[in-house]
Amino acid sequence: MERRNLLKVLFAGGAAAALPAAARTKRTAAPDSVGMLFDATACIGCKTCVVACREAAGLPPQAKDGMHDVQTELDGQTKNVIKLWKDEKNPAAFTYVKQQCMHCIDPACVSVCMLGALKKTAGGPVTYDKDTCIGCRYCQVACPFNVPKFEWNSATPQIVKCDLCQARIARGATQPACTEVCPRKAIIYGKREELLREAHRRIDAHPRFYVDKVYGEDELGGTSVLYLASVPFTKLGFPDKGTRSSPSVTESLQHGLYQGMLTPAILYVGLAAAVIRNRKKDKEGDE
Amino acid sequence: MSRAAPMGGRIFTPRFNVLLALGALSCAILLWRFIVGLGPTTGMNDGYPWGIWIAFDVVTGTGIACGGYAMALMVYVFNRGQYHPLVRPALLTTALGYTVAGASVFVDIGRWWNAWKVPSFFWTWNFNSALLEVALCIMSYIMVAWIELSPSFLPKRFVRYLEKALPFLIALGILLPTMHQSSLGSLMMISTKVHPLWHTQLLPLLFLISVIGMGYAGAVLEATVSGRAFRLDPEWHLLAKIGKAVSFCFIAFLGIRIAGLLLNGFPGFGANGMTLLFVAEMALFAVPAWLLLDERRVRDPGQLFVASMLAVLAGAVYRFDVYLVAFDPGSTWHYFPSIPEMLVTIGFVALEIAAYTFIVKVFPILPRPARSNP
Repeated sequence: MERRNLLKVLFAGGAAAALPAAARTKRTAAPDSVGMLFDATACIGCKTCVVACREAAGLPPQAKDGMHDVQTELDGQTKNVIKLWKDEKNPAAFTYVKQQCMHCIDPACVSVCMLGALKKTAGGPVTYDKDTCIGCRYCQVACPFNVPKFEWNSATPQIVKCDLCQARIARGATQPACTEVCPRKAIIYGKREELLREAHRRIDAHPRFYVDKVYGEDELGGTSVLYLASVPFTKLGFPDKGTRSSPSVTESLQHGLYQGMLTPAILYVGLAAAVIRNRKKDKEGDE
Repeated sequence: MSRAAPMGGRIFTPRFNVLLALGALSCAILLWRFIVGLGPTTGMNDGYPWGIWIAFDVVTGTGIACGGYAMALMVYVFNRGQYHPLVRPALLTTALGYTVAGASVFVDIGRWWNAWKVPSFFWTWNFNSALLEVALCIMSYIMVAWIELSPSFLPKRFVRYLEKALPFLIALGILLPTMHQSSLGSLMMISTKVHPLWHTQLLPLLFLISVIGMGYAGAVLEATVSGRAFRLDPEWHLLAKIGKAVSFCFIAFLGIRIAGLLLNGFPGFGANGMTLLFVAEMALFAVPAWLLLDERRVRDPGQLFVASMLAVLAGAVYRFDVYLVAFDPGSTWHYFPSIPEMLVTIGFVALEIAAYTFIVKVFPILPRPARSNP
C-alpha cells in the first residue's frame, strides 16, 4: 500500500469523526406522563411524607436519638427528605424544600447506565433494576441533582432513589405515599401537563407569593417533578445550568464521533494496512 | 543492534519481598471491603462516588501505562522502526497497568457479581454510555496487550501461528486505546458538576492528545529506570528524540485547550483557587514541553528523567483534576481517600512493579545491547 493511500484512509477516519453530528432532537414529556408538583409556600415541614415514604419503600426509620427521625439529606435509607432553608440575614424568612428524584424528561442517569438498569418509563418515572446494575455509580456522577444514592454500608449495595412508588401503584394505589399523606397538599401527584397548568395558575393568581418560575418546566431539559417557591431556586440549592439536558449534548457528540462505528471501522482498516506495510520493512526487529 | 533477553538474577530480593508484602496487605484490606462494604473502608460518599480507585488507578494509571500505545503509534503508523526495541517493554507496562486498572474497577464496583453481565448481556448494552464503551474497550485491550506480548512467553512453535494474526492484533492495540482514552474524557462531559475550566466538549480530544504525550514520557521513564536497574545503557539519543514527541503532543494540548477556552470566554476564570490550579496545571504541561523540545537540553540521562517525570506528572494531574479536584457536587460533600483505600492503591502499584521485575528477569522483554551479551 502506498503511503499516500494509507494517509488517505487515516484521514477518512478523521473526516468521518468530524462529520456534522446529527444533533439529537430535544426530548419532550410523553403525553399523559405523570409527575408531582411541590409548592414550597404550602409546606409546613411536618415530614409526614418522609415517614410515609419510608413505610412505602420498606426502609427503617433513622432515629439517631431513638425517638426523632430528623433526616437532613437523601441517602441509602432515604428516598425523600424535607429540608429547611433559612435566610442568613433574616431569620424570619425561611422555607421548606422537598427533595426526591426529579424524574427528568431526558435523565443523565439513564443516559450513562451501562446495561440500562435505570430506565425512563413512558409513564414518567425513572425506575431501577438491581439485576442489571453493577454498582459503578456513574449515575451518581452524572445526576445534576445529586439524587441517586448508594448503600455504602452494605456488602450487596443497591442504588436507592424515588421511583414514584411504582410497586405501590402496581398494587392498586392511585398515587405515591408522599402525595397521599401531605396534610397541606404541598406535594400533589398528577399528569405533568395538568400540574404545569396548575403551577402557572397559582403564580398568576398570587404573583406576590411566588418567584415567577416553575422549576423543572425547562431546566436541564425539563423534569417530571415541578417546583414552586417564594425564594429564588438557586438559593434553595437547585442547579442553574440552562435548559439543555446533558445527554442531548453528550449523546450528540459521542454519536457524532463514532458515526455508528463507521469511524472506528475506517480507522481499523487504515491501521491494519499501516502495520502490515511497516512490519514488512523491519522484520528483523521482532524476533 | 540489540535483542530482547531475560535479565536474569535473583527474584526474591529484599525489595521484591517488600513489594509482595504491600500487595498482601492490600488483599487483606480488600477482604474486609468485600465483607463490610465500601463505606467503612473508603472515603467515598454519595457526593464523591468515585475516589482514587477510579481517578488514580484507572484514569491516571492507564494514562501512565499508555507507553505501549504511544510506541506502537510511533513504530507502526509513523514508521519509525528504530524505536522497535522499546515497544515490548512499553507494552509490558501497558499490559500490567491495564490489568491493575481492571482489578481496581472490580473491587470498586458495588455489585461485582454482576460484572460478567457487562461483556455478555449485549442485548442490554446502552451505547449512549461512555462508560460502557470504556469498559468493553479496556476489557478487550487487556487481552490484546497480553496476546501481543505472548511471543515473549510462548514456545517458538506457538508463535508461528500467532505471527499471521499479529498485525491485526497490533492494529487493534492502537484502535482500542484511541477509543477508550478519548472516551475517558467524554465520560465526564455529562456531569454538570465539573468546573467550567475543565468541562468542555473538547475533553475527548484533550484526553487523547495528552495521553499520547504522557505515554511517550512513560516509555522514556521506564526505559531510563530499567536501563539503570539492569545496567543496560539504553540508546540515550533515541530516548531524547522520543521526548520531542512529548513536546509536540503537549504543545498541541495547550493550544487546543486555550483556544477552546477563548471561544467560550474562559468560563469560571477569576481570582479563585480553581483558576490557580488551572494555571499551575498549564505550567506543568508547558515546562516539560519546553525542556523536551530541544534534545540538547536533555542529553544527560538525569535531565531526561526529570523532564519525562514532569511530563507524566502533568498528564496525571490533568486527569486527576477532571475526575476529582475540579469535580464539585456541592459544599456539603468532601472527599479524601481513607488510609485503607490508599493502601489498596499502593499495594496494587507494588504488585505491578513486582510483576514487572519478575517478568523482565525471566522472559525476553528488555533489549540487551549486543556487546554486553554473554
